[in-house]
Amino acid sequence: MEFELFSPAFILLIASVLICLVKGHARTAVILVAPIITLWAIWQIPDGVQGTIKFLSYNIEPVEGSPIRRLFATVFAIMVFVGGLYSFRIAKWYELAAAFAYAAGAIGVCFAGDLITMFLYWELMAIFSTIVVWCGGTPGARAAGIRYAIMHLLGGVVLKVGIEGVVVGTGSIQIQPMLATDFSTWMILIGILINAAAPPVSAWLADAYPEASPTGSVFLSAFTTKTAVLALILLFPGESVLIGIGLFMVMYGIIFALLENDVRRILAYSVVNQVGFMVVAVGIGTEMALNGATAHAFAHIIYKALLFMSAGVVIYRTGKNKCMELGGLFRTMPLTCICGIIGALAISSFPLTSGFTTKSMISQAAVDMNLVWVYMALTAASAGVFLHAGIKFPWFVFFQKDSGLRPKDAPWNMGLAMVIFASLCILLGVFPELLYGLLPYPVDYVPYTIGKVLFYLQLLLFSGLAFFVLLPLMKRTMTISLDTDWLWRRALVSVLKVFDRGLISIGGVLGMQRDRLQNLLHRMVVRYLGQPHTADSKERGVFARSWPVGTTALWIAGLLSAYVLLYYL
Amino acid sequence: MNDEKELHWLVRPSTIRKLWIGSGVVLTLMVLAQTVIYVKGYFGFDAWFGFGAIYGFVSCLVMVLVAKLLGLILKRPQNYYDEPQQDGSSDSNQDKVKESSNGV
Repeated sequence: MEFELFSPAFILLIASVLICLVKGHARTAVILVAPIITLWAIWQIPDGVQGTIKFLSYNIEPVEGSPIRRLFATVFAIMVFVGGLYSFRIAKWYELAAAFAYAAGAIGVCFAGDLITMFLYWELMAIFSTIVVWCGGTPGARAAGIRYAIMHLLGGVVLKVGIEGVVVGTGSIQIQPMLATDFSTWMILIGILINAAAPPVSAWLADAYPEASPTGSVFLSAFTTKTAVLALILLFPGESVLIGIGLFMVMYGIIFALLENDVRRILAYSVVNQVGFMVVAVGIGTEMALNGATAHAFAHIIYKALLFMSAGVVIYRTGKNKCMELGGLFRTMPLTCICGIIGALAISSFPLTSGFTTKSMISQAAVDMNLVWVYMALTAASAGVFLHAGIKFPWFVFFQKDSGLRPKDAPWNMGLAMVIFASLCILLGVFPELLYGLLPYPVDYVPYTIGKVLFYLQLLLFSGLAFFVLLPLMKRTMTISLDTDWLWRRALVSVLKVFDRGLISIGGVLGMQRDRLQNLLHRMVVRYLGQPHTADSKERGVFARSWPVGTTALWIAGLLSAYVLLYYL
Repeated sequence: MNDEKELHWLVRPSTIRKLWIGSGVVLTLMVLAQTVIYVKGYFGFDAWFGFGAIYGFVSCLVMVLVAKLLGLILKRPQNYYDEPQQDGSSDSNQDKVKESSNGV
C-alpha cells in the first residue's frame, strides 16, 4: 500500500545522492542502472490515482498514472540513461547529480496527481537545472545561471499565485482541464508558459542553455520545456490563445536561429521553435492534436538531445562553439557528423525520420479543424526548420569551409549515446506504430501516403535549394542578436543606473542643505547661548549673559502691567 | 590540378559541380513527379502543380530576408553584454558611448 505512493522520481533522487557519495565504477553503475530501474518503475504504475495523503486539509495525490504521463516519463527516463551514458566520463560528479535530481523533478511532474505535488517537483526542476547551468563553470555561465534562476523562480511564484487562486476559488487541487478565464487560471497558464519559453520571455532559453557545459546542455534541452508541454496538455487542452503563442514561438525560433552564430544557441532557438509546434497543437486541442503534441514531444526530446550531443562533441573536441570558427569537420569526425545529420533531418521532419511521423500529426490536426492559416504557417515553418536547423547546423559545423581543425571523433561512450538516439530517430520514422500505440488517444492516422511524402520532399528540398542560393545572405558574423532579455539586461540596468544617479544627486543636494541648516543652527546657538566653555560674560550668548538687576526689574514691571491690562480688558 | 588532388574528394570543385547538377536533377524530378503522383490538397490551392516546391522556396526566402532586416536592428557585437562588468571605474563613460550608439 505504501509502495504505491512511491513516485519513480524518488529512484532518481536516491541515485542523485548516491552519485555524490560513491566513486569510480560504482558511480558509473549508479548512473547507468538508476534510469533503467526508473523506467521499469514507470511502467509498473497503473492508470488512475494511486492513493492519497492528507496534508493540512488537502488530499495530496503523489502518484497518478495515465498513458500520456507514462509516455512523457518514459522518454525522460530514456533521456537520463542515454544522457548519462554520454556524459559519465567527462561531466563533473556534481553536474550529473544535479542533472539526475533535475530529471527526477521532471518525472515527478509527470506523475503528480494534484497541483501542490506538481508545484513541488516544478521547483525542484528549477533549482537543479540552475545548478546544471552553473556547472558550465565560466563567468558567463554563472551570470546566465542567475538570470535563469530569477526567471524560473519568478515563473514559480506566478504559478503558485495561480494555484492558490484556483484552490481558494474551487476548493480543488485536482489537475484537470481548465481554460484561462479568470485571474488565477491565467496565472497558472503564464507560470507554465514561462517554462515553455513562450514570448515575451523566450530569451531565457537561448541565454542559459548554451552557457552550460557540453554535457549539461544535453540534459537541459530535454526536461523543462517538455514538462511545460505536458502541463499544458493536462491543464489547458483547447485553450485557443495557445495557437497564437505557439505560432509566434515557431517563427521566433526560426528567425533568431538564422541570425545566430553560436552553434548551441542555434539549437536552443530551435527548441523554442519546436515547442511552438507543440503549443499550437495543445491550443487546437483535439484528440489528434494532443496525440500529435505528445508524439512530437517524445520524438523531439530524442532528436534535440542528439543534436546537442553532436554539438557537444564538437565543442568538447575543439573548444570552439562559433560557426565562424568551425567547418570542415566531416573529415575527422564522420560519426558525429552522420549522427548530427540524422538529428537535423529528424528535426526537419524528413520522411523516414521521427520528425515526419510525429510533427505531421499536428499539421493534420490543423487540417481537421479547417484552420487554413495555421496549417500554412506550420508548413512554412517546417520549411524554415529545415533551413535553420536541418541544413544550417550541419553545414556550418561539418562542411562550409576547411577550418583547419582536425579533431578526433567522439569518445566511445558519447558515440554510442549518439548512435542509440540516431537509431531511435530512424526507428520511430520507419515504424511509427511503435509510438502511436502508446499515445493517449487511439490513432487513426496514416503518416506515409505517397502524395504527402512527395509534397514534403518538394517543400524541404526546395528549402534546401533556398539555403544554398541565399548562402551569401547568411554569412555568419561574430555577433549576438538582441532579444527581449535586453530589457532586463540593459534597459533595466540603465534605468536603475539613472535612478541611482538621480538618488546620488538628490542626496548631494540634501546633504548641502543639511550642512547649511546645521551651520545656521550653530550660529544661532552661539549667538544666544554663547560658545561653550567661555567664562567671560562678553563672549557669552544673549541668553547666557548675566543681566543687571535693574533690567530684570524693568522686565517684571512691564510684564505685571501687561497682566493688569489684560485682566481688565 | 595538384591542389585538386590534395583536397578531400567531397570538397573538390569537380565534385561540387557534380553535386549541384545532381541535386538540380533531383529537384526537377521532384516537381515533375507530381504529374504522375497525385498530391492530395486539403484546401484546394495546396494541390496545385509544384505548390510545395514554390511554397518552400518562397517562405524560406521571406524568412531569410526578414531575418536579415531584423539583423540590421538586432545584431550586436558578441561582447555587447560583457563590457560594463569588466571595469567598474570607467563604467559611466563607456555606458554613455554605448547608449548613444545602441539606443533601440
